[in-house]
Amino acid sequence: MNSSALFLLITGLSLIAYFTGRRQAFSHALQGKLKALPKHYGILTAMWSGIPALLLMLMWIMLQPSYLHQQILHSLPDSIANQSSDTLELYINNINLAIADGSDIDDPIIQKAINGYRQAENNSRYLLTGLVFLLSLSGIIFGLTKKLINIHARISIERAVKGFLVLCSGVAIVTTVGIVLSVLFEALRFFESISFFDFMFGTNWSPQTAIRDDQAGSSGSFGAIPLFVGTMLISAIAMMIAVPVGLLSAIYLSEYATARFRTIAKPTLELLAGIPTVVYGFFAALSVAPFIREAGESIGLSVASESALAAGIVMGVMIIPFVSSLSDDVISAVPQSMRDGSLGLGATKSETIKQVIIPAALPGIVGGVLLAASRAIGETMIVVMAAGLAAKLTANPLDAVTTVTVQIVTLLTGDQEFDSPKTLAAFALGLMLFATTLILNVIALHIVRKYREQYE
Amino acid sequence: MNNTDKVKQSLKKRYAKEKRFQLYGKIAVMTGFVFLGLLLLDIITKAIPAFQSTEILLEIPLDRHTLELSSNIALNEDTLSAIDYAGLVKKSMRQKFPDIKKRKDKKQLYKLISSGAEFDLRDMVISKPELISTTPLLIWVKADDDIDTFFKLQTRTSRVTDKQAEFVEQLILQDQIRTSFNTTFFTASDSREPEQAGIKGALLGSFWTLLVTLFLSLPIGIGAAVYLEEFAPQNKLTDFIEININNLAAVPSIVFGLLGLAVFINFFGMPRSVPLVGGLVLSLMTLPTIIISSRAAIKSVPPSIKEAALGLGASHMQTVFHHVLPLAMPGILTGAIIGMAQALGETAPLLMIGMVAFIVDIPGGVVDSATVLPVQIYLWSDSPERAFTALTAATILVLLAFLAVMNMLAIFLRKHFERRW
Amino acid sequence: MSINTSAKISQPFQANTEPMLEETSNKATTKSSDNKSDITIGENIIENPKFSTRNVDVFYDDKQAIFNASLDIGRNEVIALIGPSGCGKSTFLRTLNRMNDTIPSCRISGEITLDGENIYDKKMDPVLLRARVGMVFQKANPFPKSIYDNVAYGPRLHGLARTNSELDEIVITSLEKAGLFNEVKDRLTAPGTGLSGGQQQRLCIARTISVSPEVILMDEPASALDPIATAIIEELIDELRVNFTIAIVTHSMQQAARVSQRTAYFHMGKIIEVGNTSQIFTNPRHQLTENYITGKFG
Repeated sequence: MNSSALFLLITGLSLIAYFTGRRQAFSHALQGKLKALPKHYGILTAMWSGIPALLLMLMWIMLQPSYLHQQILHSLPDSIANQSSDTLELYINNINLAIADGSDIDDPIIQKAINGYRQAENNSRYLLTGLVFLLSLSGIIFGLTKKLINIHARISIERAVKGFLVLCSGVAIVTTVGIVLSVLFEALRFFESISFFDFMFGTNWSPQTAIRDDQAGSSGSFGAIPLFVGTMLISAIAMMIAVPVGLLSAIYLSEYATARFRTIAKPTLELLAGIPTVVYGFFAALSVAPFIREAGESIGLSVASESALAAGIVMGVMIIPFVSSLSDDVISAVPQSMRDGSLGLGATKSETIKQVIIPAALPGIVGGVLLAASRAIGETMIVVMAAGLAAKLTANPLDAVTTVTVQIVTLLTGDQEFDSPKTLAAFALGLMLFATTLILNVIALHIVRKYREQYE
Repeated sequence: MNNTDKVKQSLKKRYAKEKRFQLYGKIAVMTGFVFLGLLLLDIITKAIPAFQSTEILLEIPLDRHTLELSSNIALNEDTLSAIDYAGLVKKSMRQKFPDIKKRKDKKQLYKLISSGAEFDLRDMVISKPELISTTPLLIWVKADDDIDTFFKLQTRTSRVTDKQAEFVEQLILQDQIRTSFNTTFFTASDSREPEQAGIKGALLGSFWTLLVTLFLSLPIGIGAAVYLEEFAPQNKLTDFIEININNLAAVPSIVFGLLGLAVFINFFGMPRSVPLVGGLVLSLMTLPTIIISSRAAIKSVPPSIKEAALGLGASHMQTVFHHVLPLAMPGILTGAIIGMAQALGETAPLLMIGMVAFIVDIPGGVVDSATVLPVQIYLWSDSPERAFTALTAATILVLLAFLAVMNMLAIFLRKHFERRW
Repeated sequence: MSINTSAKISQPFQANTEPMLEETSNKATTKSSDNKSDITIGENIIENPKFSTRNVDVFYDDKQAIFNASLDIGRNEVIALIGPSGCGKSTFLRTLNRMNDTIPSCRISGEITLDGENIYDKKMDPVLLRARVGMVFQKANPFPKSIYDNVAYGPRLHGLARTNSELDEIVITSLEKAGLFNEVKDRLTAPGTGLSGGQQQRLCIARTISVSPEVILMDEPASALDPIATAIIEELIDELRVNFTIAIVTHSMQQAARVSQRTAYFHMGKIIEVGNTSQIFTNPRHQLTENYITGKFG
């Protein structure tokens, strides 16, 4: 049976379980011995019948591919299995293709492997169906025993539901752990071939050449400093646009604008945050970059066609609403009594804002700016589309630079072996990116929380 | 000089400063507006040409004699697909310009027409065998993308030769070239030829991916929010979960892509480029958004309602599922829609898990290779053909339209169903 | 003469809630009583006043918060504005230095003059007015700055000190006048928010007098303080009378009796009775005043 049929089977059996459980409970209800409603007993029985079976099926489906892969390897004669990994890979690819097609192949060895695979797949399916059926059935049978009504069904159900809820919240931890482990693990493998020091402080980044055999693992090719500098350069340009514009618009909208203008202007500015980054990338690469290039050249400057300036400006625009809504939050958290105190002394509005509100809101604003910076550093699509690929160590905004995220994308798109230092380097970069943004976020969130508490 | 005079003296300067400061504020707001306006204007102007495509009128003789089909041959799919449609198209082009003799010129003549024209013709004939008759078929076929750009926009790229320009002039004189609404854009999937490329594949890819995302992130997100808001004890673990959620909300999206690549594809051996994996990655990414907004919605349900239910003897769990959750639902759904909108526009993590491949087939399920709208935008924006720029911009408009609809839905939900206590 | 002001500047997030409360409680009365016929009893008009208000009406949107108020405030006197909560006394106080300008929905008509100048006149600058008419708020609101900078804020804004030593002098004198200097002289650079509640309020008074205003408006300045801190503030008010004219809103009748020379009784947006404090508290002329004094309500 395939998985959807199996799923239907489980559902059906669970339904049966529900009704048998409920009937069982009803019959006891007449004797007045029940601790919960009959339907609770029905649900409990259905859960006993359905959940273990479903879990088994899920695990089975997840583990089956790697098991079957092993089967293929085992079924290959030693002469092939002992060949170099490339050839073996080719063989396995052919086999997989044939399996996907459902067609037969002339090569007897491959044909044998395919048959073995199909055999194993069939066996596995039968076994799974049998097991699922047994598990579901045993749930129903348990529901028919006398033991059922001795249990407080509702409390049992609620305990199970609560367990599910705990698992749901656990996903956040699992995700974080997953991120840390996956990038850390691969990064450590990378650092086995390239020293951490060379990676962190090397000034030459050319991963393409490093995969040539004669150069494999040669140090110097994976020096990430130009990427860090490029990332900083573009982020700095973005922040130079986003912070003043975002902060000043937040101030204007919250302190000066009429209510009507605000109700129109705020959502309009927030539209900027809703536009996908790939759209900004398109705008940066096809409109802003050529414009800056032409403008620069008309005054005699040589501008790269993928200048850091173009990517930085567009990224800054993208972050404007981020900065402005965070600043808006913190500015409005400053108590009205501060404003009154200052205005009551005869301060003008701008004096009040500059000398009382901004200093009072400063921690919150700093937190917001840090969050925005973390977003700029991690932003990918704009730089992938509008920044360069070549790693150049420069601080000139008119030059093309590359960034950490651009390199991650370049290294990981396209088909290549997963184990090459090139792909592993992407994970090392990912680790740096994750660590940097994590630190920024933790600091920022801490500052913002402390700030909120101050005025609560 | 008393204080009043001193204050008076300072006033002029201070008011000037006040005015300047207000002006800075106005400029800042306007900067945002101007950028938004420029962005939209730029994309719309670039997109407009993509909705029109240039077509050329061909007259194709479809009698059995020309087709070399003797009258006793049955017209079924096999026989019909064996016909040399490319030859028919070329022949019909030659008949338009009988003076052309040179091989080189002929080649240029054929290039006026999209390479897909013969396949369109074939599909048409196979679906309507009665077209095989003595009356020649008049059919508008798509022009090649360079000719399309040349005719539509009157801008000649270097790839349009003098000869070809001359051909187009003559076609215009004979009224055998026109523009019409580009339906291919909505009904075809990716192609190397701009005039044959469409977004249906990417649209469906986005659909399947979002479906997976929704089915995973909504229940898990609500579950986590309910637990944290209603049941979680005040302890270190709960704090840790909260810190985790807040941090995950700010982790760069590309890191989620790395996670997907390392865990789902390499560790669990899931296939590349499929909506299932894309959906998994995007659900992990949108989960924090949904959890945070669901918690806010649950929190806004007044405790009095909870107390009323508890007072009637309902268990805490029953209270939450019978009373709190239904009341919080509009808020939760609003958050979910915003999360889905985020997921719809997300590109970077999907590049990591291989959804960036060139895929012509239209995906029929969550385990078919697919690409999604934003990735399609990324792919096309990189293409050298000029016509792809227009297609990219048009795809952006479609994406933005979807996002606008989703956000309006969220606003509608918030305005009409969210209760304020 | 009638003037309408509606502040052009919006007040975004935390609109002062107090006036709003007053307005709602007024709502019920607007229908039942005929406003214009009510005339304030007692000595609301005096000779050579510092402040003079005539026929002042205040509206929040369509709701009227003050009805036809006419009241003079004499030089170097402390006048107490008393009345049940929501009676409009705080709103009235805030019209005197145009603090209500910051509330967009607020409209004012009638005439308010300071030394004969109409303060709602176009020529009158609100910044200048507020430098002349200072205000102390219900809740101490020191800025998140040092004690020194809190007091120096006003003089710096208005350019009252040419040199640092002049500024030092202003700060020290103001702190001395507010009776705070001895307590804080060792920690002038410490944040003002670190002081105790009573000290914070005295810091705010010092901040107010640092710009040498002519009038100080106090809006329940001791309502959030303990009795000892309150006593210190009350003593301070009495001393300040030598140099300033003071209008104080209070909900405590004892406080009004202790610090003020004259008292105005507000009831539902109207000034019911004005007179010498001793007379108001011993021999009220209006039934409403008497009810309030004797604690029948309020």
